[in-house]
Amino acid sequence: MKKIIALLLAVVMVFALCACAGGAKKDDGVISVGIINNDPNESGYRTANDKDMKETFTAENGYAAEFFYSLKNEEQIAAAQKFVQDEVDYLLISAAGTAGWDTVLKDAQDAGIKVILFDRTIDADPSLYEASIVSDMAKEGQTAVDWLAGQGLDAYNVIHIQGVMGSAAQIGRTGALDTMVAENDNWNLVTQQTAEWNAETAQQIVQGVIDSGAEFNVIYAENDDMAKGAVAALDKANISHGVDGDVIIMGFDCNKWALEELLAGNWNYDGQCNPFQADYIDTIIKDLEAGKAPAEKVVIMDEKGFDAATITQEDVDQYGI
Amino acid sequence: MSAPTITNQKSFLSRIGAALMSLVRRQIFIPIAALVVLIVFNLIADPSFFAIKIGPNSAGDMVLSGYLITILDNASELVILAIGMTLVTAASGGQDISVGSAIAIAGSVTLRILCGTNSRPEVLQAPIIVAFLVCCVVAMLFGAFNGALVAYLKIQPMVATLILFTAGRSIAAWINNNELPIISDAAFGYYGNFIPGIPVPTPIFIAIACMIAIFLVLKFTNLGLYTQSVGINAASSRLNGLNPEQVKFMTYVILGLCVAVAGFIKVSRFSTINYSVVAKDIEMDAILAVALGGNALSGGKFNMGASILGAYVIQFLTTTLFKFNVVSTALPAYKAVVVIILVVLSAPAVKEKFGELRKRMASRKTAKEAEAV
Repeated sequence: MKKIIALLLAVVMVFALCACAGGAKKDDGVISVGIINNDPNESGYRTANDKDMKETFTAENGYAAEFFYSLKNEEQIAAAQKFVQDEVDYLLISAAGTAGWDTVLKDAQDAGIKVILFDRTIDADPSLYEASIVSDMAKEGQTAVDWLAGQGLDAYNVIHIQGVMGSAAQIGRTGALDTMVAENDNWNLVTQQTAEWNAETAQQIVQGVIDSGAEFNVIYAENDDMAKGAVAALDKANISHGVDGDVIIMGFDCNKWALEELLAGNWNYDGQCNPFQADYIDTIIKDLEAGKAPAEKVVIMDEKGFDAATITQEDVDQYGI
Repeated sequence: MSAPTITNQKSFLSRIGAALMSLVRRQIFIPIAALVVLIVFNLIADPSFFAIKIGPNSAGDMVLSGYLITILDNASELVILAIGMTLVTAASGGQDISVGSAIAIAGSVTLRILCGTNSRPEVLQAPIIVAFLVCCVVAMLFGAFNGALVAYLKIQPMVATLILFTAGRSIAAWINNNELPIISDAAFGYYGNFIPGIPVPTPIFIAIACMIAIFLVLKFTNLGLYTQSVGINAASSRLNGLNPEQVKFMTYVILGLCVAVAGFIKVSRFSTINYSVVAKDIEMDAILAVALGGNALSGGKFNMGASILGAYVIQFLTTTLFKFNVVSTALPAYKAVVVIILVVLSAPAVKEKFGELRKRMASRKTAKEAEAV
């Protein structure tokens, strides 16, 4: 049995190696792209993002794509270096960290390779890349808070469950709410704690608030998992939530199961963090091939916020990740 | 948990005149003292901390709630892990840092068996007990993998378990084809929440069952003796007819079983799994529980009761920090300060000092302890 496990581990490693092995070849009419992404296992968002990339950059669409995955910046940079040596046409990067990319991007530029950033920005001179396609987390937070303000409650007593402190999503989604609470007397934070994207920690935080007897009517969780944990705590204490409930439940990321909770009326709002960047990139590449420069350097994607009152099954199927 | 601890403490205080207490008693003093400090602190700050209420949940069943219930409930997985981690520490003089990843694997296997090929099944594809048993077997196999590296290849435990620590969560995702299984059958949720009609959270019962099991094992088998003697001196254990490799290997398999039980509870709590965050950093808490129990992390003698109590102290601390609404960014700092105090208190050098003090002025000792804490 030990052998089986060893074999299993070996297979996993071989798969990992396969992703970075082999060289891109320049064929007529085929656009070769090197895609550097984070590990698809990282989150549902990343899984959907990777799937979207794989479905767009196919041979049928005229691409020869190669993928490299790592959560480590230096490994990503090394992979980028290799893609430059392989002389791919385009380099698509979702960087794990913001620093250290200048050299390799300059090498790419010298080799005539066009770089497009997706999902994450980096600290480098904008002349080193053609475009970056990103989510605006602050806007996501603002959309959510605007929606909440539109609910017209007399008082907003909010349990705010934050993601990992310092992450882009946490900063963006926290900012809008903090501003609103600071500017309005009828907005209060009952508690503001980080659950580090973890459902169970979120459950404990909300459980703590319930045990303390404090009044609250909104749960603003910065991702779906944490909203789910919060709801579990409410269910334990028989506090009604969702449409026509006592507590408004808000989540982010639009996981399919979360949108189904909205559809069932158990939650009220879910903010999208759009993982579907491949179409945007595809358009930009087609434009560049036709000799057109992208209209904007920084492309901010459309991101929706879903309301339990208006969401449909089609939305769940189309936007659920 | 509070009531028996206080009485323990009282009986402890009454016996302080006779300063020559057993090593066991002195060792368990650290987590007890930590617990008492936390209890007193909460009692002064807000006595309602200890209120336990009973009321209906959304399914209409009467359930207990309150901070104490939350602590006992949420500490369950950590307590179960602390049991295995204590044995591993004692025998191999090192720690298994892969338990968090291994929990992800165990949970993933459980869900895979229950879901079959469909990640959102209407009905369970296998009895829950089958899923649990398979989960146990798989987790013990991964435990055996770690154990083999440590015992037979003589790799440092932390390095050996680093392999699974790194690869575990990816393996867990791979087991379910990177899909997100969600189980809709309410019966699966009983193990991590409540069984209808029983007001006490099920994980508490599971943790108690594990404690009784390990108590019986330590009492009626040689496991405790063997692990300690191997940890103290493997060579002389061998001369006395023990097989040190086998003993070390076995402790990792036992830890695998603990991981299986903890993983099963974890996935049952929400009837789903998040590969990247489930049981995140729990290995550090489990190691801390062992250290808090005053056990030497370099192996040898151990006190199982102290480790278990250490696990409850950690959860007590976490819940206390949540209750006092500590600013998110400052949370790790608060935790660190408390951990530093506790670890310093349980350091052998400090304990020695205390031992001397105890001998010299037995009567004034308690005051000193309180100050130091």
